[in-house]
Amino acid sequence: MTAPPPGNHPGPAPGASSPPGPAPGGEGGPGRAEVCVAACAEAWRGDGAILASPMGLIPTLGARLAQLTFSPGLLLTDGEASLLAPGAPGAPPETDGAGRIVEGWLPYRAVFTMVAAGRRHVMMGAAQIDRFGNQNISCIGDWARPRAQLLGVRGAPGNTINHPVSYWVPRHSRRVFVERVDMVSGVGYDRAGALGPRAARFHELRVVVTNLAVLDFQTADHAMRLRSVHPGVTAGDVTAATGFPLAIPGDVPVTRLPTAQELALIRGRLDPAGQREKELP
Amino acid sequence: MSADEVAGELRPGMTVGIGGWGSRRKPMALVRAILRSGLRDLEIVSHGGPDVGLLIAGGHVRRVVCGFVSLDTIPLEPHFRLGRQQGTVELTELDEGMLHWGLLAAAHRLPFLPIRAGLGSDVPRVNPELRTVRSPYADGEELIAMPALRLDAALIHLNRADAAGNGQYLGPDPYFDDLFCLAAARAYASCERIVPTASLLEAGPPQSLLVNRAMVDGVVEAPGGAHFTSCVPDYGRDEAFQAHYAAAAASPAGWQRFRAEYLAGDEAGYQRAVRRFAGRRAGVSEPAAPS
Repeated sequence: MTAPPPGNHPGPAPGASSPPGPAPGGEGGPGRAEVCVAACAEAWRGDGAILASPMGLIPTLGARLAQLTFSPGLLLTDGEASLLAPGAPGAPPETDGAGRIVEGWLPYRAVFTMVAAGRRHVMMGAAQIDRFGNQNISCIGDWARPRAQLLGVRGAPGNTINHPVSYWVPRHSRRVFVERVDMVSGVGYDRAGALGPRAARFHELRVVVTNLAVLDFQTADHAMRLRSVHPGVTAGDVTAATGFPLAIPGDVPVTRLPTAQELALIRGRLDPAGQREKELP
Repeated sequence: MSADEVAGELRPGMTVGIGGWGSRRKPMALVRAILRSGLRDLEIVSHGGPDVGLLIAGGHVRRVVCGFVSLDTIPLEPHFRLGRQQGTVELTELDEGMLHWGLLAAAHRLPFLPIRAGLGSDVPRVNPELRTVRSPYADGEELIAMPALRLDAALIHLNRADAAGNGQYLGPDPYFDDLFCLAAARAYASCERIVPTASLLEAGPPQSLLVNRAMVDGVVEAPGGAHFTSCVPDYGRDEAFQAHYAAAAASPAGWQRFRAEYLAGDEAGYQRAVRRFAGRRAGVSEPAAPS
């Protein structure tokens, strides 16, 4: 399969008679997953030459999309220790491996150095997140005897205290957006503030992208704010799925749609098999 | 030496560091040797994967020191989950970078190293013994004083080694295997193949020689010794078998069957059982097991 060149809308897929809504790998207006990919990509806009570390498929597609379009300086790994260059326009689908160009080597020990040096912006998942952006991926319930043991804190404490961090939540719900998280893995704004300006000077939470909306912390007290709702979603839908009071601006914009060029890249090159749809409920 | 001889050098209550990362290049043959031993009460320091899970399942672990335990493609390690949820294993939960720093401090024979990671998170809450340290310089910054993670023994698995303990990795990432060795009083490396020293550079450049004989006290030749974790380029992760492992761990009966089939015998028996598993999946009739 040959990807259409950037800037051109892809031709109709063979046998496509697209219903409205998501059309994996095919024709039609942008589906929810594609809106989410573009919203994730936006998280890395303006980041320059730093390591983008996406966790999850849609953030990974977003980071690749940003690297191929408006943030060409981004460094991205293959999930192991190789850094992948953006590659030539019109390169074959990356799932074939054929479009991959290795531009560097970044074993885990070097990732930790990039973290401490602040040359990184990660988009992590969250089993729980609160209104100041404290995030939990460790366990649910009392830490001493958890009801559900999850991954552990992983690198979340070090990431959040050292460099910009964003979050991706594929299922926006009151189970995730909670009043208080059970084990603070990623540090939120209230706790960073309590550390004082010196210790917290590298702390920055950018955005929280979900299947419903984009949220940020651009309020006076850094409490979570609804930044935009995805097409077809209302602010009421978002507050109903959020377990704490959200800051809601008077006029909530709609999340921008992916451009024709971005859709072509997502469908033709980054995810021709439409795996992105499976990450959403 | 043999894997069982390595296990024989360990003692109950020891702190044992295990190299690799998640479900990648883990010294599983050495872990399986511990499963056959009567060792109890171990404290395991690991970027955890099925090494931690299997040792918990076998009842060999008192405490795990880690930032995570995961099978990579299967995010949650079933035995680690059970151990934590049933309260059968203690945990020192650290940020991954803190664990790195603790090994670095131990390798450098320092009492601690300062690190920013952990500040503001709940890691200090669940590790009340952690202290902070204030910079003695003009900045006066307060940082976590990550204590040295000194190990009684380290276990790693490499692609190649010579008999003297010069070891080589041929995959994409050295992980922290050299640090584990330097942080340990005794270090043991298993490898896919022991080769003559003069042949080490046939497979990779000098910088692939991750550990040298001053860092390693014993070498074990263990083909398939990282199975079912990855040992690229010799083999990738056995995803089908890993899924089989995780599914078996979901119920006591399933796990009993898994243990009986794969873990009741020696390493050669394990490798034969794995080949039978692969054969069944390929639809090949089961070969008669050599006695």
